[in-house]
Amino acid sequence: MIGKTASFLIASLIAAPILVILSSWRTPMDDVFLHLMSTGLSEVLFNTLWLVMGVAVGTTVLGVSLAWLTATLEFPGRAIFNWALVLPLAIPTYVLAFVNIALALPGIRSTGGIIFVMTMALYPYVYLLARNGFLTSGKRATEVAQSLGQTPISAFFKVALPMAQPMILSGLMLALMETLADFGAVSIFNYDTFTTTLYKAWFSMFSLNAAAKFSSFLVVLAFLLLWLEQRARQSKRYIPAEKQPRSAMRVPLNGAPRFLASAYCFTILFVAFIVPVMYLSIGAFTVLSEDLDSRYFGFLGRSLGLSAMAALLVVAGALLMSYTHRYHKIAFLVRLATVGYALPGTILAVAGIMITTSAGFLTGTLFAMMLGYLTRFMAVAHNPIESGMARITPHIDEAARSLGAGGLRMITKVQMPLLREGLIVGAILVFVDVMKEMPITLMTRPFGWDTLAVRIFEFTAEGDWERATLPAITLVLTGLLPVILLTRRLERCPS
Amino acid sequence: MRFIVALSILFFTVSPAFAEEITIYSARMEQLIKPVFDAYTKSSGVKIRFITDKEGPLLQRLIAEGANSPADIFMAVDAGMLWKAGDIGVLKPTPSPILSANIPAHLRDPKDRWFGLSVRARTIVYNTKKVKPEDLSSYETLGDSKWTKRLCLRTSKKVYNQSLVAMMMADLGMEQTEKVVSSWVKNLAVPVFSDDTQVMKAISDGICDVGIVNTYYYGRLMEKNPDYSLALFWPNQKDRGVHVNISGAGVTSHTKHAKAAITFLEWLSSSEAQNLFADVNLEYPVNPNVKPDAQVAKWGTFKQDTINMENAGKLQIDAVKLMDRALYK
Amino acid sequence: MPIIELSEVTKTYQGERPLRNASVPAVYDVSFQIEKGEVLALLGPSGSGKTTLLRLIAGFETPESGKIILDGRDVSVKGQVVPPEKRGIGMVFQDSSLFPHLTVRQNIAFGLYRYNKNEQERKVLEMIGLVGLTGFLDRYPHELSGGQQQRVALARALAPNPIVLLLDEPFSNLDPDMRSKMREEVHAILKRVSMTAILVTHDHEEAFTIADKVAVLNAGKIEQIDTPEMIYHLPKTYFVADFVGSADFIEGEVTADGKIYTEIGAFPNEIGRGGSRTAPNIVVMIRPDDIHLIPDPNGIAKIVSKQFRGSENLYKVLLPSGAIVHSSEHSLVDYPHGMNVRIALTATHTVVFSASSIKGRG
Repeated sequence: MIGKTASFLIASLIAAPILVILSSWRTPMDDVFLHLMSTGLSEVLFNTLWLVMGVAVGTTVLGVSLAWLTATLEFPGRAIFNWALVLPLAIPTYVLAFVNIALALPGIRSTGGIIFVMTMALYPYVYLLARNGFLTSGKRATEVAQSLGQTPISAFFKVALPMAQPMILSGLMLALMETLADFGAVSIFNYDTFTTTLYKAWFSMFSLNAAAKFSSFLVVLAFLLLWLEQRARQSKRYIPAEKQPRSAMRVPLNGAPRFLASAYCFTILFVAFIVPVMYLSIGAFTVLSEDLDSRYFGFLGRSLGLSAMAALLVVAGALLMSYTHRYHKIAFLVRLATVGYALPGTILAVAGIMITTSAGFLTGTLFAMMLGYLTRFMAVAHNPIESGMARITPHIDEAARSLGAGGLRMITKVQMPLLREGLIVGAILVFVDVMKEMPITLMTRPFGWDTLAVRIFEFTAEGDWERATLPAITLVLTGLLPVILLTRRLERCPS
Repeated sequence: MRFIVALSILFFTVSPAFAEEITIYSARMEQLIKPVFDAYTKSSGVKIRFITDKEGPLLQRLIAEGANSPADIFMAVDAGMLWKAGDIGVLKPTPSPILSANIPAHLRDPKDRWFGLSVRARTIVYNTKKVKPEDLSSYETLGDSKWTKRLCLRTSKKVYNQSLVAMMMADLGMEQTEKVVSSWVKNLAVPVFSDDTQVMKAISDGICDVGIVNTYYYGRLMEKNPDYSLALFWPNQKDRGVHVNISGAGVTSHTKHAKAAITFLEWLSSSEAQNLFADVNLEYPVNPNVKPDAQVAKWGTFKQDTINMENAGKLQIDAVKLMDRALYK
Repeated sequence: MPIIELSEVTKTYQGERPLRNASVPAVYDVSFQIEKGEVLALLGPSGSGKTTLLRLIAGFETPESGKIILDGRDVSVKGQVVPPEKRGIGMVFQDSSLFPHLTVRQNIAFGLYRYNKNEQERKVLEMIGLVGLTGFLDRYPHELSGGQQQRVALARALAPNPIVLLLDEPFSNLDPDMRSKMREEVHAILKRVSMTAILVTHDHEEAFTIADKVAVLNAGKIEQIDTPEMIYHLPKTYFVADFVGSADFIEGEVTADGKIYTEIGAFPNEIGRGGSRTAPNIVVMIRPDDIHLIPDPNGIAKIVSKQFRGSENLYKVLLPSGAIVHSSEHSLVDYPHGMNVRIALTATHTVVFSASSIKGRG
C-alpha cells in the first residue's frame, strides 16, 4: 500500500495553512483585534449567523423541493429542468451579486437581498445531492410507504426525506461553507460578516495577526457545522444505495399542479440563471467591440488550464486522503483539511505564500497557488470520493487479495474502477469552482497569468461593472459545459 | 486525459526567465498601466513584467516574500498603503533630484520612499436640479441639518474614505473630525454604497442630493451619460482646500534592479509620461508643469490641501477606529 | 501429510487491524490438522473467534504465536508472514463480494490472470458449469439473485485451484429454502472437485450437512474436534452438548453397581465418558431422540407443550422434580397437552458431565 508517511505528509501539507492560521493565537491580542471585538462585533456575529441561517433555510427549501419535484414527479419541461436547475453553479456569487445590485430591484440592498443572492447561487449544491439521495434510496422506500397507505406527499416527508437526509446535509454543508468564506458578494452588498471584518483588520488596519484570529473563528464555525452534520448523520443510520437504480416510475401530475410545478421550476431558473445571463450578455455585447481581442484566448486558456490542473491535483489529494483514512485513524486530519472551504481564499493564499517562501526554491512556481486551491477545495472533492470509497466494502478488498491481487493490482483493477464516478464528479466540481475563484488566483498567480476571473476583478475593482460583463459572461459560458457534463453523469449513474 | 497530464507538467515546470527587466506589483489596474509600460519598453528597451491585485494582498505578498521577493516596484492607488509599505520597510528611500523636482513635496514621502504619480480629488458631487453651488461650502457642512436625508456616501471600508477622514484628522484633530463624521452618518438618505458610481447614480435618481466621490469616477460616468444632472463642487476653498489623493509608487527594499526602477519612476514623473499615465483614468498629472486632459481641465481649478499625504497612512488605523465609533459603516 | 496444520495459534485483541473498524475476537492455543479433500466446519456462537481463525488462515490477521502451515509451507514465520495474495487460498464471504463493475465471466476469471486467454476461457466455462449457471456469463452481479451470486462467488474462488477454500458464513444472507439447497449443492461441488475447505458457521445443521469434521469453538478455544456424529452424540463438554442440537440435563447419581440413576430411569455408566467417576453427583444429557413417551395415566411425567415440526412433534415434558425434558415423536401420533406419560429410555449411550462443570453456566 502507499507509504503511510507519504500520505500523512501530504495530508498535513493540505492542512498546514489552517494550522498556520490557528497558530496566530500564540501571539497576544493586539489593539486592532481588541478594537474590532469591542465595536460592532455583536452586529457582525448576528449578520453572519443570519446569513448562514437564511442561506441554510433558503437552499434547503429550494434545493429539496426542486429535487423532489424533478426526481419523483412528471410535469411539462421536467426533463430539461433536471439538468437546467444546476446551471446557476456556473455563475460566481460575486457576479450574481453585482448583477442584482445593478438591476436595482427595490429592497435588494438589505439582509434579505444578500440572503436571496447567496441562496440563488448556492442552492444547486443541495439540489444535486438531494436529487441523488431521492433517486438512489428514496424510490423503493416511497413505494413501500405508498403501499402502506401514505399519499405521495406524506411518503415524501415520512420516508424519502429522512432517507436522503445525509446527502442533503452534505450539500448544505458545502453551501454554508461557501457562504462563510465569501467576500466578493458581501462586499458588494456592504454586508458585514466575519470575513469582511477579517479583511478590514488585515488591510485597513494592517494587522495580519488580528485577521488570522478572525479566520480561526471561521474555522471554529466550520468545525461546528461539520460536527452538526456528523451528529445528524449518526442519528439516522445511512442505508447504502440499492445496487440497482430503479427505472424512473414517475408520478404524473394532472391539472393545476402540473403547471404549478413547471412554473415554480421555471421561476427559479429564470431568477437564478436566465436573468443574470441575459444581463451579462447584453452588457457584454455593448463592450464587445472595444474589449474583445486576441488576449481573450489567453485568458480563457489560462482559466481552463489552471482549473484542469487544480482539478487533477485536488482529486488526487482527496483520493490520497481517503485512502489513508481507510486504513489509519486520521479522521481529525481529514476534517482539518476539508475545513479550508469555509475560509476566504486570501488568507489561505497568504499562508501558502508563507509556506512557499520558507522553502525558497518554490517561489515563482505554481506551488503556492496549487496549495491554496488544494486547501480551499478539498471539501468539494472529498465528498463524492469518500462516498465512493465507502461503497468498496472490506470484503471486496479481501476477495481481491484472496484471488491473488494485492497492492497495485487491487488498486487498478478493483478499487479505481469503482471509484471512477466519484473521481469524475469531484473533478468537475473542483474545475468549476477554480474557474470562478478569485482571491487565491489574484494573489498567487505567476506574472502575466491573467485568467477570466482576474479580468472580472480588474474591472469591478474600479467600479466598472459594465466592462466586467464581458469576462463574466465568458466565464459563465465556459463553466456551463462542465456543469452540464456533471448533471448528465449523475443522471446516468445516480450513486 | 494524457493531454491534461502533459499540460499540467508543462505548467508546473514553467518558470519564465527574463532578462533586463523590472518587476512591478501594481494595485493600479492593468488596462490603465499596460499602455504606459508598453510605451516605456518601446522607448527604453527595458521589459516590464507585472502583477495586479488589490494593494492589501500585494503588500501582504511582499511581506511574506521578504528578501526572496522579485518585485522592484510597488505601485498603489492610495497614499495610505504607500506610507504603510514605507513604514514597515517594504519600500526603501530612493532620493532623486528629478523626482523631487517633478513632484510637489506634499505628494511624496518626506523620506523618499514613495512618490505620487497622478492626483485625484475626493470632492463633493451634487444634483444640479436640486442643489445650487451657493448651498455648499465645505466637507464639514454636509453634516448640517439642512442636508438631513439628502446625503449619500460610499462605505468606510474603501481606503479612499479612510484617507479622507485621516487627512481631516490631521487638519482638524480627532474630536472635531469625529463630530463631523457622526453628523454625516445622521444625514444619510440610504445605507452606504459599495462604490462611487452607485452613489452618483443614486444622486441622479433623486434618492439623495449630495455625495462625496473621486473625480475620475465622475468623469467616467459623465462620459457614458452626459445627460446626468451632476456637477462637482470644490469645498473648503477658503481654508485648507480640497482633499486629494495619489496613485504612486516606490522602490522595494529587496530590489535587484534599483537603478532601473528609479529611472522608470523618474520617467513616469516626466512630461513625456505624465499624460499617458494620468489621462487614461481622467486623473490630474502630479507634475505641475503638465496640463491635465481637456475633459478634466473643464472641471476647473481648485485649491488643494497641501498637508503631506503621509498622514493618510499614519492616521489610517485611527481613522478606521473613528469611523467605527461614529457608526459609519 | 495434512494439507493444513495449525499449531498453538494464538491471537489476542491487540494487533494491527487491516481496516480501522474491524474488531478482533481472540483465539487461544488452537491446533488442528486437515487432510486434503477434507471439509472442516468451525462452529461456534458469535464472538467465539471462528471468523478470526479463518482470517488467520487466510492471512488477513497475523497470529501472535503459533504456526500455520499450508501445504507444507509455514506462512506465519515472524517477519516473513506470507500475505493473503500469495497463500493460494480461495474465499467466499457472507455477502458474495462480487466485483460490481465486472461481469460474471470477468469475476470468475479475475484470479486467472496468469493463465493465457484460452486456458482462462476453458476454466471459466468449467467453473460456471460446476455451479450450474451456464448462460449467465455476461450478466452483472446486480442482475443476479442472492443464491446465484453466492454460486458465482464460489466459482470465482475455485477457479484458480486454491489449496483450501475458506467460507465465512456463506449462506447467512439467503432465505431458509435457498440455504438448505445451497448447502447440499456446495457439499456436492466440494466433493466433486475434492477441494479442501473450511467453513465458518453458527448453525450446527449446516456444519453437519457439509463438513467431514467439526470443530466447536467457545471463547477462542476449541472445545472438541470430531466427526459430526461424535459431536452430536458424544459431546465432550457441556458447552458442546448445549450448543449443538437441543439438549436437556437432568441430575443423576452414580452407584456402585455401574449405573447412573435419574428420575426417569437408570443409565449404564460408560467408563471414561464425561464427569469424574468419583463424584457421585453428575448430570446426564438427554437429547429429544434419546427418550420415548408412552401414554400412561400413572406416568410420572406430564406433557406441557407440543411443537409441530413437520415430520415430528417436539413435546416438552415436565418431570416431578420440576426438570424439563424434550422428546421428539413421530407426528402421526398426537398427544394432548396435559397428558400423563411414562418415559422410556432409547439412548444407546450415556453422556454425563460433573455437576460442578456446569455451575456458573446459564
